Amino acid sequence: MATSSERSPPPFPDSEDQELLESEEVGAPDSDDDDEGEDLFVSAINPEQLTKMDTTLPEIDQPSAISAEPPSEAMGDPLVEPVSHTEDKPASEAVSESLDDFVDLTNNETDAPGDAITAEIAITDATKETTEIALDEPSDDFVDLLGNETEVAREEVVTEDVTVEAVPDSSEAVGSITDPPSDDRTGSDAEQEVKEASSCPIIDTSIDSSASNTQQPPVSEKIADPLVDLISDAPPADVKKPSQPLTDLFEDEPSDLFREPQLTKSAKQPQKSLFDEPDEDIFGEPLGATSKKTLNVAGVEQKEKNVTTKSGGSDVSGIGGPLNDNFHPEPTDIFTEEAVTTVPSVVSTSSVTSKTNGVHSEEEADIFAEATVELSLDSPRNDRKKNVMTKPAASAPSLSVAASLSKPQSATLEELEEEEQEDKFDINISITNPEKIGDGMNAYMAYKVSTQTTLPMFRSKAFTVRRRFSDFLGLYEKLSEKHGPNGYIVPPPPEKSILGMTKVKVGKEDPSSAEFVERRRAALERYLQRVVCHPSLLQDPDVREFLERDELPRAVNTQALSGAGFLKMINKATDAVSKMTIKMNESDVWFEEKLQEVESADQQFRKIHGLVDSLVGHRKELSLNTAGFAKSVAMLGSSEDNTALSRALSQLAEVEDKMEQLHQEQASNDSFCFAELLADYIRLLGAVRGSFDQRMKAWQRWQDAQSMLQKKRETEAKLLWANKPDKLQLAKDEITEWEAKVTQYERDFDRVSATVRKEVLRFEKEKARDFKKQIIKYLESMLQSQQQLIKYWEAFLPEAKAIA
Amino acid sequence: MTSALDESDKEKTRSVSVDLNNDASLLIDIPDALCERDKVKFTVHTKTTLSAFQKPEFSVPRQHEDFIWLHDTLVETEDYAGLIIPPAPPKPDFESPREKMHKLGEGEATMTKEEYNKMKQELEAEYLAVFKKTVQVHEIFLQRLSSHAILSKDRNFQIFLEYDQDLSVRRKNAKEMFGGFFKNMVKTADEVIISGIKEVDDFFEQEKTFLLDYYSKIKDSTAKAEKMTRSHKNVADDYIHISATLNTLSADDSTALKKHLDKLSDLFEKLRKVEGRVASDQELKLTELLRYYMRDIQAAKDLLYRRARALADYEHSNKALDKARLKSKDVPQAEEHQQQCLQKFDKLSESGKRELTSFKGRRVVAFRKNLIEMAELEIKHAKNNVTLLQGCIDLLKSN
Repeated sequence: MATSSERSPPPFPDSEDQELLESEEVGAPDSDDDDEGEDLFVSAINPEQLTKMDTTLPEIDQPSAISAEPPSEAMGDPLVEPVSHTEDKPASEAVSESLDDFVDLTNNETDAPGDAITAEIAITDATKETTEIALDEPSDDFVDLLGNETEVAREEVVTEDVTVEAVPDSSEAVGSITDPPSDDRTGSDAEQEVKEASSCPIIDTSIDSSASNTQQPPVSEKIADPLVDLISDAPPADVKKPSQPLTDLFEDEPSDLFREPQLTKSAKQPQKSLFDEPDEDIFGEPLGATSKKTLNVAGVEQKEKNVTTKSGGSDVSGIGGPLNDNFHPEPTDIFTEEAVTTVPSVVSTSSVTSKTNGVHSEEEADIFAEATVELSLDSPRNDRKKNVMTKPAASAPSLSVAASLSKPQSATLEELEEEEQEDKFDINISITNPEKIGDGMNAYMAYKVSTQTTLPMFRSKAFTVRRRFSDFLGLYEKLSEKHGPNGYIVPPPPEKSILGMTKVKVGKEDPSSAEFVERRRAALERYLQRVVCHPSLLQDPDVREFLERDELPRAVNTQALSGAGFLKMINKATDAVSKMTIKMNESDVWFEEKLQEVESADQQFRKIHGLVDSLVGHRKELSLNTAGFAKSVAMLGSSEDNTALSRALSQLAEVEDKMEQLHQEQASNDSFCFAELLADYIRLLGAVRGSFDQRMKAWQRWQDAQSMLQKKRETEAKLLWANKPDKLQLAKDEITEWEAKVTQYERDFDRVSATVRKEVLRFEKEKARDFKKQIIKYLESMLQSQQQLIKYWEAFLPEAKAIA
Repeated sequence: MTSALDESDKEKTRSVSVDLNNDASLLIDIPDALCERDKVKFTVHTKTTLSAFQKPEFSVPRQHEDFIWLHDTLVETEDYAGLIIPPAPPKPDFESPREKMHKLGEGEATMTKEEYNKMKQELEAEYLAVFKKTVQVHEIFLQRLSSHAILSKDRNFQIFLEYDQDLSVRRKNAKEMFGGFFKNMVKTADEVIISGIKEVDDFFEQEKTFLLDYYSKIKDSTAKAEKMTRSHKNVADDYIHISATLNTLSADDSTALKKHLDKLSDLFEKLRKVEGRVASDQELKLTELLRYYMRDIQAAKDLLYRRARALADYEHSNKALDKARLKSKDVPQAEEHQQQCLQKFDKLSESGKRELTSFKGRRVVAFRKNLIEMAELEIKHAKNNVTLLQGCIDLLKSN
């Protein structure tokens, strides 16, 4: 909650801003349909900024105490605007337009909840109480926050009549906004019941609120109810794929921007350029965009750097920074996330109702990007605007929450699988030409990584880079650092093999080191293919850079024997210990069962891997013995004095020689196709378990925060009793902070859970598919060897018959 | 550990390591055998039209030791010195399957029930195969005797076949064992001594070098073939474990993979059966053939030794005659002795030549037959494997 104090107080909306807002909205709807022209953004953005700059800057540093009132006051006005818009425009346009407003509204809302929280907590004890009650149920906070907001609104109602009137208006506007899309959808595609369902409660609430102008309390209840149900019913959102990346995206985004409200135009520059890409890359660039944006965010402090990172394509530290922000408690984020993820979906469905479902996800992706743009543009500078929008925020979160939560609930596995089908990206990676570079112990193997793709995110259709083994490890390190904590299953690369590599380094051209290199090459290829098959990982700039960039900075800390390696080992050990100490009372049977399944599968895979290894050993032995026998029979044939028999025996020797070859080949097939496949899956299952661990960690963090909050409350109660008002304020602040943390951690946990769930399902699907493919390959190799065997013996048969 | 062998099984597995001119006057087989601990009791069944036997058909119980006794008496009979005495059947060796069974029992905890049962089955099959093989070599020994023009008339052989009581051959005691060992030593030393004697017949000279060379080669081949089949068995055993583990894996799995794993487990189970057959057929057709002829060649070598001994004796008697003539003392005696030795040597040479020639023909025919059979079996099994693999691949691809 470090940023909350910085969060600028909302001033009264002035007419100038409203107009600006309007102008922007007028521009946006056109682009909204499906091609979001960058120009539009640029144009929309620029005037805003210019004007906003003046207005916002002074307000930035105002203490948060002020924030208590202004937001609520602001609530009324902005919504009036959209309504008037809708009246002016033709129906369809009106919808999209007002939706656009909506996007804006939700953007602002990023602040609103935060403000609301601080405001309420600071001012009204009553609100706090409600929050406390809500805390009993883990995910109830959310509801409460919403409830609180409406309460704020209610207070406002008491104080200011004008706002009261504005509120119903706004909610009406909301109603009208949400209504058409949902209707359309029901009309056109019955399949999307999910979405409909998601929007339904919101519609109800909004309609309710509009219906009961004066009856505020019911409204809050209404909003709260469906949510409670939804939350208690289902662990949220393993579903919405498109929203997932977005979630990431928005986590850091707003907070960082808030922290840097002085963001100037120059900083804006890169952002604009950035938006070119999301627009071009239709298929789910959100993540790419995200990280880019985070780059920008990080670079906000140093604007020049920002520009360079943009053009250069990467700055590792830059990426790392903002990502870590994820873990900062940021209640606002949650709202942003939710709101933004859902709003665009509404937009897409409404504005693109004529479009098919298939297009849907793409649309969403685009819209996300767009939404991001608006958000990042608006929120930091347009504090005023933000405040203007506070009111809609009250209804927006309810919509978003309801939508995002109800979706997971009704989203079935089938739906997920449908999504999975879309996971196939047109990208083909092959690793060839392992080449030894250097001499002695400094020698290393470089591999040629060739990529063929039609994906627009890459600069060309085919490109090749040279990478060494540690680069692969480095890529994994980066990916697992970034995506691991979020519950993603990051495919692990093959292990380092000091022995194997030393052999290669020593440079003996013996078959075992050639085999080692080939084995590693194949393993690396499979590893990379797994990475690019992952929809989220493919979007990662590091992956792209790995595939595209000519020179990669040397990966560090991948040496097995280095200090970093040692540290890693220690970390692993502590992790293992903490894992043992964490006693998670699993609330979700699914995870429990899956974990068990994964663990037993891991065990069995290990066992079978050992067995296949021994099969390989035995097969090699057989090959060796066959060779011995062949030699011996050849000798026997040479001393046989019957010519025909002698001939037959030497033929037999030849056949046995070929058999030796067959056994040898089969042995390497066993090891290449089968044992390696198993080894891969042992590693992958390890990664799966890792994601479960991450979920557990998230849970632990949440629990810790909760108990901390409990402690703080107790302290507060004591202070209250002891009647020490000076310290009381501090305690209250702390409680606020921890409440926010709890909410955030809970969100985190839910999100990680959802990701893990999704990832595990994805992994299982991939596993089945991959396994089948590999097994068929393996069996075909066996088949071939048996066919060969038949041929050899059939050739031998007449020889045997010719023995006189 | 008791198991009985039934006829139909035996018929199938009868390896024709020897070409037997089955003359219907004396037919011998071992339709049944009983294994009690270390002892194997064979039922020797004879069907004959010869008047030397009291009944046309009879069965007698015999033990391995009885066979050895018969062999030894034949070897020791002076009259048969010019014949290749069929090699005595090797002692039944159930040690290896027993040991494996023991090991399996120890490792039971590490395996699933199913896996254990399969391994047990496999071992039992192996045990049975060893058992069958044992019966077979004993049967072949008798059949070779019965098909031999001279040996089939042997009195001891007839007693062996006809005497319906337990022969209760006295086991060799320690002294005799040692005696046998000593005799062997003497024989080896003797062989070295008489090897210096100049061979008078090119045929035997050639035969000797050939057999010596061949013996060492075939001995090596036998050992190598044995190793090969053993490692083939190991591969088949690995299949069992893999199949079983795949099965457990599929039991735990709840995804689409389950079906695939099931099929794969099935496939490995079937493959291991075929692979096991390949190994045991190789063993039967190849290793046994080589092993048998290794022993047969040893018997032929023994014949050569006996002949060489006779030659040495003859040379010796020649010298003795010369000495006697020089001293003019006991000349007729010496002359007689010299004549005897010459006669004996000539007789040995003559029958030896005949025996060795027939042995050569027999060997070629046996090799031909076994090699053809083995090739056919290999093809059959490989085709089986191909069908299994193809079926599995099709199944996997279809869904």
